Amino acid sequence: MGGKPEPGNVSSKSESMAAKKASPDLLNSLSFKSLKLKTKQQELLLRVSILGLVYVLAFIARLFSVLRYESMIHEFDPYFNYRTTLFLTEKGFYEFWNWFDSESWYPLGRIIGGTLYPGLMVTAALIYWTLRFLRFFVHIREVCVLTAPFFASNTTVVAYFFGKEIWDTGAGLVAAALIAICPGYISRSVAGSYDNEAVAIFALLLTFYLFVKAVNTGSLSWALGSAFGYFYMVSAWGGYVFIINLIPLYVLVLLITGRYSMRLYIAYNCMYILGMLLAMQIRFVGFQHVQSGEHMGAMGVFLLMQVFYFLDWVKYQLNDTKLFQTFLRITVTSAILVGGVALGVGTASGYISPWTGRFYSLLDPTYAKDHIPIIASVSEHQPTAWSSFMFDYHILLFLFPAGLYFCFKRLSDATIFIVMYGLTSLYFAGVMVRLILVATPAVCLISAIAVSATVKNLTSLLRTKQKAPQSGSTKGLGSSKASSKVLLDQSQPVQKNGAMALLLGVFYLLSRYAIHCTWVTSEAYSSPSIVLAARGAHGNRIIFDDYREAYYWLRQNTPTDAKVMSWWDYGYQITAMGNRTVIVDNNTWNNTHIATVGRAMSSYEDEAYDIMRSLDVNYVLVVFGGVTGYSSDDINKFLWMVRIGGGVFPVIKEPEYLVNGEFRVDKGASPKMLNCLMYKLCYYRFGELVTEYGKPSGYDRARGVEIGNKDIKLEHLEEAYTTSNWIVRIYRVKPPTNRL
Amino acid sequence: MLKQSSVVDVLLLLLAIAVLATPAFSDLVLSKVERRIDVTSQFARVTKTLKVVNSGSESVSEFTLTFPKFLGNNLAYLSVAHSEGKGKSKRPLVNLSVEAANPKGMPDSISFYTVALPKPLSKGETLTLEVVAAFTNVLQPFPEKISQGDVHLVMLQESAQYLSPYAVESQSLSIKLLPNARIESYTNLENTKLQGSEIKYGPYKNLPQYSYSPIVVHFESKAAFAVAEKLVREIEVSHWGNVQVTEHYNIVHRGAQLKGEFSRLEFQDRPNPRGASAFRHLLARLPPRAHSIYYRDDIGNISTSQMQSDSKKTELLIEPRFPLFGGWKTFFTIGYGLPLSDFLFASEGKRFLDISFGSPMLDLVTEHLIVQLRIDVDADEDEVVLPEGSKDISVITPFAVKQSQEIKYSHLDIAGRPVVVLEKNNVVPDHNQKIQVYYKFSNINLLSEPLMLISGFFVLFITCIIYTRADFSISKSSAAYLAKLQWDEVLATLQEVQSIIQKCLATHDKLEASLRDLSRTGDIQTCKAARKSYDSLLKDLSKELKPLLASLQSSPSASQISPKVEELVAKEKELQEKLMAKHTTVVEGYEKKSSGRDIENRIASQQQKIIALRQDVEDLLEFIDEI
Repeated sequence: MGGKPEPGNVSSKSESMAAKKASPDLLNSLSFKSLKLKTKQQELLLRVSILGLVYVLAFIARLFSVLRYESMIHEFDPYFNYRTTLFLTEKGFYEFWNWFDSESWYPLGRIIGGTLYPGLMVTAALIYWTLRFLRFFVHIREVCVLTAPFFASNTTVVAYFFGKEIWDTGAGLVAAALIAICPGYISRSVAGSYDNEAVAIFALLLTFYLFVKAVNTGSLSWALGSAFGYFYMVSAWGGYVFIINLIPLYVLVLLITGRYSMRLYIAYNCMYILGMLLAMQIRFVGFQHVQSGEHMGAMGVFLLMQVFYFLDWVKYQLNDTKLFQTFLRITVTSAILVGGVALGVGTASGYISPWTGRFYSLLDPTYAKDHIPIIASVSEHQPTAWSSFMFDYHILLFLFPAGLYFCFKRLSDATIFIVMYGLTSLYFAGVMVRLILVATPAVCLISAIAVSATVKNLTSLLRTKQKAPQSGSTKGLGSSKASSKVLLDQSQPVQKNGAMALLLGVFYLLSRYAIHCTWVTSEAYSSPSIVLAARGAHGNRIIFDDYREAYYWLRQNTPTDAKVMSWWDYGYQITAMGNRTVIVDNNTWNNTHIATVGRAMSSYEDEAYDIMRSLDVNYVLVVFGGVTGYSSDDINKFLWMVRIGGGVFPVIKEPEYLVNGEFRVDKGASPKMLNCLMYKLCYYRFGELVTEYGKPSGYDRARGVEIGNKDIKLEHLEEAYTTSNWIVRIYRVKPPTNRL
Repeated sequence: MLKQSSVVDVLLLLLAIAVLATPAFSDLVLSKVERRIDVTSQFARVTKTLKVVNSGSESVSEFTLTFPKFLGNNLAYLSVAHSEGKGKSKRPLVNLSVEAANPKGMPDSISFYTVALPKPLSKGETLTLEVVAAFTNVLQPFPEKISQGDVHLVMLQESAQYLSPYAVESQSLSIKLLPNARIESYTNLENTKLQGSEIKYGPYKNLPQYSYSPIVVHFESKAAFAVAEKLVREIEVSHWGNVQVTEHYNIVHRGAQLKGEFSRLEFQDRPNPRGASAFRHLLARLPPRAHSIYYRDDIGNISTSQMQSDSKKTELLIEPRFPLFGGWKTFFTIGYGLPLSDFLFASEGKRFLDISFGSPMLDLVTEHLIVQLRIDVDADEDEVVLPEGSKDISVITPFAVKQSQEIKYSHLDIAGRPVVVLEKNNVVPDHNQKIQVYYKFSNINLLSEPLMLISGFFVLFITCIIYTRADFSISKSSAAYLAKLQWDEVLATLQEVQSIIQKCLATHDKLEASLRDLSRTGDIQTCKAARKSYDSLLKDLSKELKPLLASLQSSPSASQISPKVEELVAKEKELQEKLMAKHTTVVEGYEKKSSGRDIENRIASQQQKIIALRQDVEDLLEFIDEI
């Protein structure tokens, strides 16, 4: 409970003292010495119960996916996380840390322990072990499925405290309520979405909150807490780079605006040094904090802080402004020079690695398209459309600027932070769809300030009026208040009605927001995308469970050492659900390997056969939506395979697959396209199938054309399995025929 | 599979029979043998009616059954019953005990089973035995590998004559196939007839002991060759009213293996789909009132199942994720809950669970069945409930199974639960009989888990209370800690001040009330007395206030509030004085018998001030309250 008053601020802040100090604990408030609770206790009770309800709401809103489908892991990456968590719980931490996975990236393999962020798995395993210790024998899958909603609930609590820290308790409550159901956050934290982001957003907000708290109080303990929050964030998600760049930027802004203080010095130094040391314990991150260009800003700011502190000291010692000015100039120039030279030498000598492609693509949205097709090919890395902002934020989009206005009106260290967080993250959200997630807490917090401040102003207007008739002509407490009352008396009815109308408007907007969020959650963000659902002709629900059908077939009916080649999207799922070795998977660490698969897919069958033989491939898996009209299949992804393959192997030329710059699969398609492996595998014997009444056989429903090559013969492969709706097709690679 | 070895088996058998010139076991003679072999499913079910006559001089108490070894090895189920009388007067069948025997001097290629007769068969008596035997793996697919469109052909080897250590006077054999099944070939001996879907051999008369004439039937089978390589049935009894059954199936298709491609196009071709050798469904017949049924596997729920239920049964039609062709495997789990009252009964101070042993799947052969019976008795309670230390749980099965016990943990278990594990190989639907589990259980144990939960929460709340009440500061001398202590003190003082002021205000109200009484009754003395007592009360209160005020003023952390408090006290004092003055005025007025109007006029100004003061005091109180 918040029963402990913060030490050290007794004398510093008199205004907020009243609000902070006397929050008696809940148990006190419930004591029935007198049945009538005091105002303060009533408020506390209300606050705690609202927060409790928001906590529960955040959890249950995310259970739509379990209700609509089942308790299962969603999408692609979560399957890898699930598989590793399973391994962790079965084999223990040391085995996990030293795990060399030979089931992926055949024949290279992957060092799992050194190439992943273990935070999520360790968290789930800890929850699992705790539950088992408490004698609740749950399955690890249930723990994994519910990890994201659980952490979303925790995030609401952090949002409350953050809101309280930067504005007041009211804003905190509103922020908690807004973030609990904000679609931008729900999209990544529904039950089953067992991904790094699920815990990372919690860690991110916690780190920020603790840091702001540390800056506000200058307390070492909060700074320490923030360092541990940062450590957790580093262990959970690559997005920690955002923290390690935003906090220095914030410190820099404070320095420039002349808000340097001892509190800031303590908070930043403690957080940076400890956070850095802790982060180095994560093997995947290692020495990046001192070696990579992305982390150099933080170090620069750290050194700058020391220069500032030194200057402060010199200023105190010198006691002479003129002398100090000269000294200042010399020190600052030399510091910048030394820093610049060190950076230059470090970069030139290769000690400091340059920025990575992903980082570049954040600063320059067009970078990835030209240089790294593998990043650009992922749909969640595309720039964000306006509609998706509207979809994910709804009214917050309008409340955000209003909140910014309030923040600027009451500028403090804390509000500067939230403004910077909001603006930078909103920029990143514009660059990449999936970074909407990072911006969501900031948007919610700032909007909460707008809502809270507006409602507070309006209700206080209403309140004074209700009081006015009671107090009658008696004098108020202070003369100023009395005079304001007299002034108010004139315009009372008009203002009162106006305030009422505005309040109603606010509540209408907020209720629309709640409805929108619920609708979006239930309709758009709760699909596991492993199981596809569609509406039948009679409005009944049809389920396409083809993915699992195929993976389970692989698991049960292929040799345990079979190698499966597929496009990298399905790698994690094949290893997790099919339990078979894959050539490439979603951890796209080796571009050449992926390009080899891309090349095999886009070559003629006999050329592809040689590649597949060289990779020991036993089965080839393709995803095909031509029968059901499922559009995110391999034919629609095919151009990316050509591009990625062509990026490494110049034999693959993109124009050969296009006709006048157009991608076609019908009769007008290019001959190379009609005979490449991917085309053959997708459309093998499809030409004999009538998919839609009144259409010729071989009518591709996903692309709405009749295919161009209906007579496909396979020489080196044979159909091993095709799922009931043809969505996944698996081919067996035949052994080579005897040479004569 | 038609293995080389099975051919060798037959040869060996023939050789052995030729060698067998040993005398008969006893002087029994089988006067009539009727054998019916049902091969409509994936295993061969043989029903025999044997009429036994004792032609010797001594009474016989044992009867020997023989099978060729290649059949005997695959014998899954064997039951022998005897019936007395004929026709409608037949008495209910009595099962006889059967034991595998290994008589000396007999060839290895024959399996022997000894049946203990209910009573010794004396000379000249006859007895009718009904033998039911089920053999798995005797329908060998031939050819062993077929492609998707091919017909599934299997082969059965048997003997046209009944292999017996006794002489047989008259015998016949009929093999029942599926109607309209294609018959590829069958061994044609004398007296062989094909009637519809039945092949009949015999009758053959007066055959000596150990007669044998091999026959082979090659025919089309449409049965699903679904074999559970391993089936684990977990039966968990909760005395809160539920029997939870969870079954883990490892299913494999043991028919002819699929070779070449699997073509989905041909498989789903409308007019003539190709893939008859595969099976898509399995039907489970669950007990009535089964509820909370689920069907899933390692990677999630399987949505392709249908359920029908009525008062007699619950039928669950499950469809594996993919059709199973020969050699294909799958694994899945089904689970369901059953009402406890249907399966748990009490007898002689013990409880017993009466539940079926085998799987509810129809026509499923299980190669290795493990039944785990888990009863929610705490493991260590064996000793607690039964100080004698007698074995608490006992299982009665109609046939031999391997039994063992282990401990398993479930939700909220501390000591774990005893689990009885029953294992049996080669289980056919005939094994689907009831088993009984006897154990002791006291109802009080039902409460242990709720009590545990309650105490868990209790401890949690107690910890919270202690945490909020107790002082966990590390440094008791730090400035912040002292400030906090002071602040707590200030708050306590403030609260006291508030309560005193409240009391004062209440006294004020009483004073006013006494004035109203005065105006009603005109009793001046009472009014005066009341004033006196209230006055002293108020003085006491203000005395109490003084030390509090002093402590507030001395406390540095109350510097923000103490002026307000002082103001409050001062206002209250003023209010008190004004009220007293008013009181005096009114009382004096009454003493002087001045008119009511007069008094009112006199106190009018005072009254206004009093109201204003009262308002101020209340405002101040509210302000302090909000701190």
